[in-house]
Amino acid sequence: MSNDQIENAVTVKNVYKNYGDVEALRDLSLEFPKGQLTSLLGPSGCGKTTLLKIIAGLLPATQGEVLVNGQPVNKPGPDRAFVFQDFALMPWASVIRNVAFGLELRGVNKSERESIATKYIKDVGLTGFEHSFPHELSGGMRQRVGLARALSVDSPVLLMDEPFSAVDEQTRRKFQEDLLNLVKNENKTFIFVTHSIEEAVYVSDQVALLLPRPSRVSEIIKPSSFKNKDINSIRKDSEYLDTVERIWKSLRSYVE
Amino acid sequence: MYLFGYRLPGMSSLILWGLLWEILGQMEVSFFLPPLTAIFSTLGEIYNSKAFIRALYETGYSFLAGVFFAVIIGIPTGILMGKNKLLDELLLPWVNTFMSAPLTALVPVLMVLFGFGLKSIIITTTLFAIWIIILNSRAGVMQINRSLVDMANSFGASPIDAFIKIYFWAALPEILGGVRIGFIRAVKGVIIAQLLISIVGFGALFELYSSRFLMTHFWAVIIVLFALAFTLSELLGVLARKVDYYASKRN
Amino acid sequence: MLSRSFFLKILSGALIFGAWEYAGRVGVNYALPTFLESMKALIDMTISGLIFQAYADTLRPLVVGVLISAFIGIGIGVWVGLSEKFDWLISPIFIIMQAAPLAALIPLLIMAYGIGLTSKVFVVCIMAMPVIVLNTSVAVKNTPSSVKEMARSFLGSRKDVILKIIIPSASPVIFAGLRLGVSAGFIGAILAELKITPTGVGDIISYSRMTADYPSMYAAIFSIILLAVIFLNILEKIEDVLFKGNNQGYIS
Ligand SMILES: Nc1ncnc2c1ncn2[C@@H]1O[C@H](COP(=O)(O)OP(=O)(O)OP(=O)(O)O)[C@@H](O)[C@H]1O
Ligand SMILES: [Mg+2]
Repeated sequence: MSNDQIENAVTVKNVYKNYGDVEALRDLSLEFPKGQLTSLLGPSGCGKTTLLKIIAGLLPATQGEVLVNGQPVNKPGPDRAFVFQDFALMPWASVIRNVAFGLELRGVNKSERESIATKYIKDVGLTGFEHSFPHELSGGMRQRVGLARALSVDSPVLLMDEPFSAVDEQTRRKFQEDLLNLVKNENKTFIFVTHSIEEAVYVSDQVALLLPRPSRVSEIIKPSSFKNKDINSIRKDSEYLDTVERIWKSLRSYVE
Repeated sequence: MYLFGYRLPGMSSLILWGLLWEILGQMEVSFFLPPLTAIFSTLGEIYNSKAFIRALYETGYSFLAGVFFAVIIGIPTGILMGKNKLLDELLLPWVNTFMSAPLTALVPVLMVLFGFGLKSIIITTTLFAIWIIILNSRAGVMQINRSLVDMANSFGASPIDAFIKIYFWAALPEILGGVRIGFIRAVKGVIIAQLLISIVGFGALFELYSSRFLMTHFWAVIIVLFALAFTLSELLGVLARKVDYYASKRN
Repeated sequence: MLSRSFFLKILSGALIFGAWEYAGRVGVNYALPTFLESMKALIDMTISGLIFQAYADTLRPLVVGVLISAFIGIGIGVWVGLSEKFDWLISPIFIIMQAAPLAALIPLLIMAYGIGLTSKVFVVCIMAMPVIVLNTSVAVKNTPSSVKEMARSFLGSRKDVILKIIIPSASPVIFAGLRLGVSAGFIGAILAELKITPTGVGDIISYSRMTADYPSMYAAIFSIILLAVIFLNILEKIEDVLFKGNNQGYIS
């Protein structure tokens, strides 16, 4: 038990979720080891966003429980931060206010939160755009604002819902590399939703394959051997390619 | 519109119409159409007369009071309707009814209930403006980007914070659009009310000028009124365009 | 079983009319009859046929005025939408008319055209025309240029382009403009009856106010508002059927 608390940042235990008659999740259990990146991979509409929102405490589960650091949760808390698929930036607020918004809601005073925000704006490479507005930024830049906002509240758990879906392929690859570095350098737990098998294998310590609705975990894959290799050679690694192939084989049956 | 390669500004054709008016006036085509120059010189005489200033003051006062109530009541009502389904279902049929009802018919009721004074005029003005403000605020709140609300919740925003920092701003483009149309309607409402309750403001002035066939006086007042109404509507349009991008990321 | 939304509509009606009945009974104001008294007066008027006669008088300037506004308004609107020169020349007038309190012109209309039908038709026209013209011209201008170019690339004449492409594509908004025009026309028609000469429903309102027969006054007002709302709702339903909800006009 105490072992479990140390090793898993988030534990999902036998969670069910129904939307009226629609059964989205059925008896789903999954563990998210601390300090690692876990991807959720599955066909569209299988309930990945639903699971992520339940963990975030934005949606109540119909049954079952979610433990964060061993404590059951049912509402949002400072231990989790969400990165939204569509960025969820406030169009009326400057970049710096957007990034500092989480801190603003927590009552951190203006000068302190702005200095924290400035640091994370620098980390995501947006220095110089502090006083721009979201509509003046490109899609990739907006995504980075969303990321900086989630990082700036310094939560131990980051929930990312298809964070790279709205950017072009080059930016996407750049973000994936940045994400790998982030996992390495920050001692945070990442839960990452994606549609891309390659992306999941590339960035994850563990990939959870979800079945179509009603969703359960069908398989957990832990790519390991290529994790310590140079970022640039991962995509050529034979285990990487085998893993991608294996996942595609198991998912293929649902697509057909 | 281009002339010899130059772009003519939007409303510049009004100069042409003004000239035509002046010529027709000088030709004395109709008693009801005095030359524009005569109208403006009359305006120069009456603009600081007691009756004119009083009419302007009374109209401005009832207009401002009317739109004040329309805004203060309309925006929160609309936002609440957008957020609460039960309230929405109870109120929406009535809002839609009054939105399309010929409100002029209600002025006689207001006159018998609230007297022949400013009070009735203010209420008429509010009634002309409020429904579109409610409808637009409601629409604004209903199409708020769902994930903005989730975002605020994920950071643990209190309901008041969510209202002040998210809902109001996210709905602001629609709210301002509604306020703009509401103001234009209110201008019409305040004049209609004064015409029917013709002892106050411009209503009284029109009565006076038309009973004495003072055509230049009459037109001078009309021109002032129209110019004020047009300026107001353009200013609000500029303001509404300024916050357009608040709505740029909606889905 | 009653559907929830139907039940709520009934409930909301009952609440408001109940409040009116209550306010009338406790005597908030000497000039406020109860809801039931007013409805009784309305039924009396209906039985005696008085109300139908009144409608006939009230609707005459309305119908004439709206028809004139529709023909002239759509004509001008299409022309403005098609010709840049005409747009420059004409649009400012209608933009100002749209923003301005045109009711202020009524005393002038009375001086110029007397207190007969002409003045009343004029009032309806100045209220209804601007919104029709502006909706039509915007709708015509907003016709997707790719469709127009398609028609021209298949050798459509200018007349073809106007009749087969522009008018059909603009018609939902034009129709919505007409509906808004009718709505404004109602305001004008009643204003004319109250301000110019009391006829029709305006006559019942003015007369019963003078004789302090408040139930009749409220009944007349209630019925004309009901008539306008029902008529405009029918127009909106027709639009929904014709254009499948693709009918957002530019309210003003
Ligand atoms: N608010 C809701 N009301 C009713 N059903 C819903 C609601 N939200 C989601 N669903 C249903 O639940 C299922 C899972 O939805 P969810 O958004 O979690 O899927 P997803 O895996 O994130 O899909 P995608 O990959 O397309 O984003 C879907 O079939 C959807 O129809
Ligand atoms: Mg999703």
